[in-house]
Amino acid sequence: MSQQAGAYYVPHGSRWPIIAAVGLFIFMWGAAHWLDGIEPEGPLLLAAGAAILIFMFFGWFGEVARESMKGLYSDQVDLSFRMGMMWFIFSEVMFFGAFFGALFYSRGLQVPWLAGEGHGALTNLYLFRGYTGGWPTNGPDAIGGVFQTVPPWGEPLINTLILLSSSVTVTIAHHALRDGNRRRMLPWLVATPILGMLFVFLQAREYMDAYTHLNLTLHSGIYGATFFMLTGFHGLHVTLGSIMLWVIAYRAWRGHFSKEHHFAFEAVAWYWHFVDIVWLGLFLFVYII
Amino acid sequence: MTQPVIPLAQPTAFRRAVRALLALAGALLAVPALANPEHPSPWQLNLTRGDSGLSHDVWDLHMAVFYVCIGIGVVVYGAMVYALIRFRKSKGAKPAGFTHNTTLEVVWTVIPVLILIGLAYPATHLLVYENNTNGSQLTVKVTGIQWMWRYDYLSYLGQPVNRVGFLSKLAEDSNVARQADSGVSPWSVVSAHGVHDYLLDVTHPLVVPTHTKIQFLITAADVIHGFWVPALGWQADAIPGQIHDAWGKFDTPGTYRGQCAQLCGQDHAYMPIVIKAVPRAEFQQWLVDQENRSRMDAISRTAEVTGAPAAPQG
Amino acid sequence: MSTHAATHDDVHHDDVPKGFVHRWLFATNHKDIGTMYLVLALVMFFIGGAMAMVIRAELFEPGLQLVQPYFFNELTTLHGLIMIFGAIMPAFVGLANWQIPLMIGAPDMALPRMNNLSFWILPFAFLLLLSTLFLPGGAAAGGWVMYPPLVLQSGESLAFTIFAIHLMGISSIMGSINIIATILNLRAPGVDLLKMPLFVWTWLITAFLLIAVMPVLAGAVTMLLTDKYFGTNFFNAAGGGDVLLYEHIFWFFGHPEVYVMILPAFGVISEVIPTFARKPIFGYKPMVYATASIAFLSFIVWAHHMFTVGLPVGAQLFFMYATMLISVPTGVKVFNWVATMWKGSMTFETPMLFAVAFVILFTVGGFSGLMLGLVPADYQYHNSYFVVAHFHYVLVTGAAFGIMTGVYYWLPKWTGHMYSERWGKIHFWLSVISVNVLFFPMHFLGLAGMPRRIPDYNVAFADWNMVSSIGGFVFGATQLIFVGNIIYSVYFAKSRAPARVWEGARGLEWEVPSPAPHHTYSTPPEIRPGMLAHGDVAH
Ligand code: HEA
Ligand code: HEA
Ligand code: CUA
Ligand SMILES: [Cu+2]
Repeated sequence: MSQQAGAYYVPHGSRWPIIAAVGLFIFMWGAAHWLDGIEPEGPLLLAAGAAILIFMFFGWFGEVARESMKGLYSDQVDLSFRMGMMWFIFSEVMFFGAFFGALFYSRGLQVPWLAGEGHGALTNLYLFRGYTGGWPTNGPDAIGGVFQTVPPWGEPLINTLILLSSSVTVTIAHHALRDGNRRRMLPWLVATPILGMLFVFLQAREYMDAYTHLNLTLHSGIYGATFFMLTGFHGLHVTLGSIMLWVIAYRAWRGHFSKEHHFAFEAVAWYWHFVDIVWLGLFLFVYII
Repeated sequence: MTQPVIPLAQPTAFRRAVRALLALAGALLAVPALANPEHPSPWQLNLTRGDSGLSHDVWDLHMAVFYVCIGIGVVVYGAMVYALIRFRKSKGAKPAGFTHNTTLEVVWTVIPVLILIGLAYPATHLLVYENNTNGSQLTVKVTGIQWMWRYDYLSYLGQPVNRVGFLSKLAEDSNVARQADSGVSPWSVVSAHGVHDYLLDVTHPLVVPTHTKIQFLITAADVIHGFWVPALGWQADAIPGQIHDAWGKFDTPGTYRGQCAQLCGQDHAYMPIVIKAVPRAEFQQWLVDQENRSRMDAISRTAEVTGAPAAPQG
Repeated sequence: MSTHAATHDDVHHDDVPKGFVHRWLFATNHKDIGTMYLVLALVMFFIGGAMAMVIRAELFEPGLQLVQPYFFNELTTLHGLIMIFGAIMPAFVGLANWQIPLMIGAPDMALPRMNNLSFWILPFAFLLLLSTLFLPGGAAAGGWVMYPPLVLQSGESLAFTIFAIHLMGISSIMGSINIIATILNLRAPGVDLLKMPLFVWTWLITAFLLIAVMPVLAGAVTMLLTDKYFGTNFFNAAGGGDVLLYEHIFWFFGHPEVYVMILPAFGVISEVIPTFARKPIFGYKPMVYATASIAFLSFIVWAHHMFTVGLPVGAQLFFMYATMLISVPTGVKVFNWVATMWKGSMTFETPMLFAVAFVILFTVGGFSGLMLGLVPADYQYHNSYFVVAHFHYVLVTGAAFGIMTGVYYWLPKWTGHMYSERWGKIHFWLSVISVNVLFFPMHFLGLAGMPRRIPDYNVAFADWNMVSSIGGFVFGATQLIFVGNIIYSVYFAKSRAPARVWEGARGLEWEVPSPAPHHTYSTPPEIRPGMLAHGDVAH
């Protein structure tokens, strides 16, 4: 790493990517074993893979952080990072898009067809006579049995408010950082992942409630599938985002960020806003409508 | 009914090669003549014209787009081959420097659009016609099952049909021959009419009347299958949890063969479809026989049920 | 983006990392990573090709001779997956890695360490995928499209297959992010967007397509996973779901995916034809716009793979019209290539031979694509060997020939030695003849009524299948010449290649010596008139 600041930065060989690839492989391999009921190899491999990945994250990002603080990164490198993060978020948008697409398709087209509307008249007549559709539904065979939905104006509303305020807190922290006001930044920054964790906690409670009292499960036909997969993947993203925010908070506390250079902070903030926006979509399309 | 049979001894490689050349030579002139509407023929080059107005329309569209492609091909390849011959460095060609020609570029954008419109127009008409099952006189429900078909006759000439339905599997002689190491040559599997029907013959063909608009209600019991009899002019996926309706017609009595077209597991290659089109009077008689038989079956079945537990009905 | 301090004196710049581990496992150099991608792709091409050889051998005559039907389906499935994700896509990423930085005057890829990760995920992904062959119950055998409910019947292999696809997806997304960031952020001053080589343009658009659709595939297979292992009902009508939901999501990915495999090939051809015609590309901007239009249209044609599922007529019409429209921008490309040859001064070295064959044979595949696009006709063609013929023309004589074109074209730049021109020509002629013997009869078979994905067939199909198989064996064996020629060029060739390997070659990659030094452009090159292939600095 002998380059001077300002030069184009070509990092020399790094061992982290290959460690990441191996970790990812072992993780996935373990996951596949586990799903196929091969135990204890499955869970063990999964855990080993996860451990390697965590080790890798500390190592890789630690190295990047050190290099960044040494001022090795030019504005151009910074811009590459920014583009990378933006396109990564775009790919995440498309991933959620697949599940939203599944929701819209099932709800807007498939269920009405099964119920005999338009194009589905014959299907309803010959295969599912008597099925009237509607939403929520667990299909003609009422798979998973009678269930109730989560009322939007309870916990989900609170969760919406929590996430919205967490977007505000992270923005305040960002402004404080740009003003160079560390003392104002830190509390707002720490508040953000706390709110995130609160969100996850409430969602976990909501899930438990759904399983124990509402009989709403993954198995509850297409409604259960779309409900849990959409909110579940979102919850996973909130969890990851919270972890990232803690790391950022720690680094901010250690004084890693300057007024001008704090890409890591911004990347995580973007990610957090993205998670927030996805939630608004969920709140609207999964809970309210 | 069935056409005269060309005896097909297992030909030598040489004879096959000669036939290949002949077939290719005759191809462009006699393209339609090679295709038998009932079943595939050796060295067949082109789509079957099928056996109804509908399938003929499909065939016409196919030929139209084919000739359009040939036409465009002649122009594009012609220009290209000319360039390849004419503008060689070894022939002393000096490179020109042009990089644009707006007129030309507009022309070769607009003309393809016009050609496409010309193709889309008949295609649209045909599609709408093909998807209109109104006025069908016979309704058959077709269910794909791993690895056989079930046919249920629902109504004929507006009257419901009383419990006529059966399973249709790969015929036994094919089934024996198809096993690895069976020692039976696929060429030795021949129908009563002398057709080489290896893998294209079933235990119970679907019997339908000629000159009748037949509505097929196609679905599946387990995985996706594909109902494809080329003579009808179309195929339709058989999808679990869905009724896919389509219609078809036969003008000439005959035995029309097809196959499952959607990968459906290990025996996907072994679930043929055979439709026997018979004159209407014959069909009427057949249907009555079937109804009677099923009534008899029902009676004996009730007897069984009261006596001992019935064997599961296939 | 433009001003860097000129620190050319950096001692590290020209030494190659020592030792296997440091050089390859820890690689961050775009050329080394590009090489690894290309080698992986070649290995995968042979694995997938070996499977195709078994398929062709089984189909050599009617009756079962070599493999059981279920194993045949495994072979078909893995052949498709490996060729697409293992051979074609990594080969193009390899070309991108090698060439894009050279062509735009960048020192390396924008995110070199992530570049390494994108590569190294792949061998593991294919390990995971191929390991399913040895699982009880065998590999997934539902075709490369993995339609439910069939694929949900697979045994233990499903989870492995799906995770392998997740890994490939992660790799592709990271690779594409890298390519976009490189192109948008690392161009040398003076290389404006509309002065970039067309190969760079096509890859920019391809990378965008990949980022947009790989996550969608990940979503689709994730739903398969939860349907099988967690009791969800996405694809079960009894629970209000729909098998067709899978098909819709899959093909929303799948159609753009096929353009992912052809756009970079278009790019390669657009570099090679001007070089050997010694004449600038005809219609540079229309080429760029055509590529962008193809990419845009590719998002709204997916249901042409589902014409036979019984969609509402209106939907079928919409997808038919959109599909037909793609012929227009694609035609613009073909016409522009021909116009580039027009009044040129052509020579026919191996890359040019492959490029010419590409234009002719890709167009054959395009024509059958147009035929497939007409719904009533597709009702007959669907799932027959006509489709197999179509996509092998666009994939083998399209994508794979495009890759071979690129490899022959740039190989001297990479190795510093000429490949054997004579063996290159032998490789070309044998390939181009045998590939047509291999795939052209498949049109006839499909039209005569032979379905795809079957290990055994009626005797009427015997003759053309035998012809096709013979073509297949010759084509397969011919590819050994290709490998031989590459090995020759890397290790044995004596003749040194000049910096500008081809007389008519223009563009920045020909300004650096051959072989290209381990590190190029550690400071941005100064672009002088005549150095760029398109446009000039002065503008
Ligand atoms: C590189 C990959 C590639 C490419 C480029 C294409 C290009 C095209 N494909 Fe193809 N396709 C596949 C790969 C590809 N395809 C694969 C893998 C499958 C099968 C998947 C599976 O089921 O496993 C498939 C299947 C497939 C189907 C579904 C068939 C079926 O299952 O029933 C259809 C239907 O419309 C189709 C259409 C087209 C069209 C219209 C084009 C167009 O882009 C072609 C445009 C080009 C031209 C038309 C030629 C050049 C143009 C001119 C010279 C101008 C003048 C021309 C006119 C005005 C007509 N393709
Ligand atoms: C993406 C690119 C790609 C490429 C390059 C190829 C290349 C080839 N493909 Fe395939 N193919 C697909 C993509 C591709 N394919 C897809 C997507 C499917 C659909 C899968 C599905 O239905 O789900 C398919 C399906 C498919 C089928 C239909 C299977 C079926 O429906 O059951 C067939 C049948 O002949 C076939 C054949 C071939 C052949 C002979 C080659 C040849 O070009 C291969 C040539 C290469 C080699 C042979 C290299 C290996 C060489 C050696 C090992 C040396 C030794 C060899 C000898 C001495 C002979 N392919
Ligand atoms: Cu049933 Cu294929
Ligand atoms: Cu497509």
